[in-house]
Amino acid sequence: MNWLRRGTSEPLWKEEFSVRTADERYVTRRQLTKFLVLTSLGMFVGNIWILIRSLFYKAPVYPQQPVAQLGEIPVGGVKLFSYPTKDDRCIMIRTAQDEYVSYSQKCTHLSCAVYYSQAENRLECPCHQGFFSIKDGAVLQGPPSRPLPRVVLEARGKQLVAIEVKG
Amino acid sequence: MPTSNDLPPQNRGLTAIAGAMSLITVLLIVQIWLLSAALESFLGGNRHTALPAAIFSGVMFLISLGLYAFVDRIDSEVRGSSNGR
Repeated sequence: MNWLRRGTSEPLWKEEFSVRTADERYVTRRQLTKFLVLTSLGMFVGNIWILIRSLFYKAPVYPQQPVAQLGEIPVGGVKLFSYPTKDDRCIMIRTAQDEYVSYSQKCTHLSCAVYYSQAENRLECPCHQGFFSIKDGAVLQGPPSRPLPRVVLEARGKQLVAIEVKG
Repeated sequence: MPTSNDLPPQNRGLTAIAGAMSLITVLLIVQIWLLSAALESFLGGNRHTALPAAIFSGVMFLISLGLYAFVDRIDSEVRGSSNGR
């Protein structure tokens, strides 16, 4: 760390315990400048870390999993299931006769479980009043800044199969 | 009217450091915002913002480093003139 102390021949303890007040202020500000530059380096390293994660990102492979039978839930009804792992809770809503939508049940704010409000026709997070659109999972109101991840469903015969998660 | 050259070298050094420190602080605030925005974007599944964010953050770090080198030079000069008195 000698490069940080270039330009002075005094030992650090002598610099930090200056006899004159002006000298003391001088040293404190100079050391704060060093600290700020090191913090700036930390921010840069953080951005590099995100860049490396982005470059080496591998798209996850999702299993194809039957989640419900067609007509199993009534229009306006809800079914909960787990996808792609048993820890990822999802919510499926039948919005019309032949229309189903499904989203991750984790609120994108602080991971509380969202529920379907039939009266308001939206997904609501009870923790901090975050509301999501039933059409695309977009944030309608509240603290969440990202939409709910959408589970893509496909009708195969009489089954609804979850094939991937988007977002 | 007194100019900055009339001030003692220690005070001139202090002024230079305070100026550099202010600029570095502004750059640091922008870097913190940039890091949080890049992370938010990355977690949101958008991976195209990482490269420009890293480049801008690197540029701001280099400017901060340049300002620190400037402070270091002023420091050496001030100490040199103080020791010479």
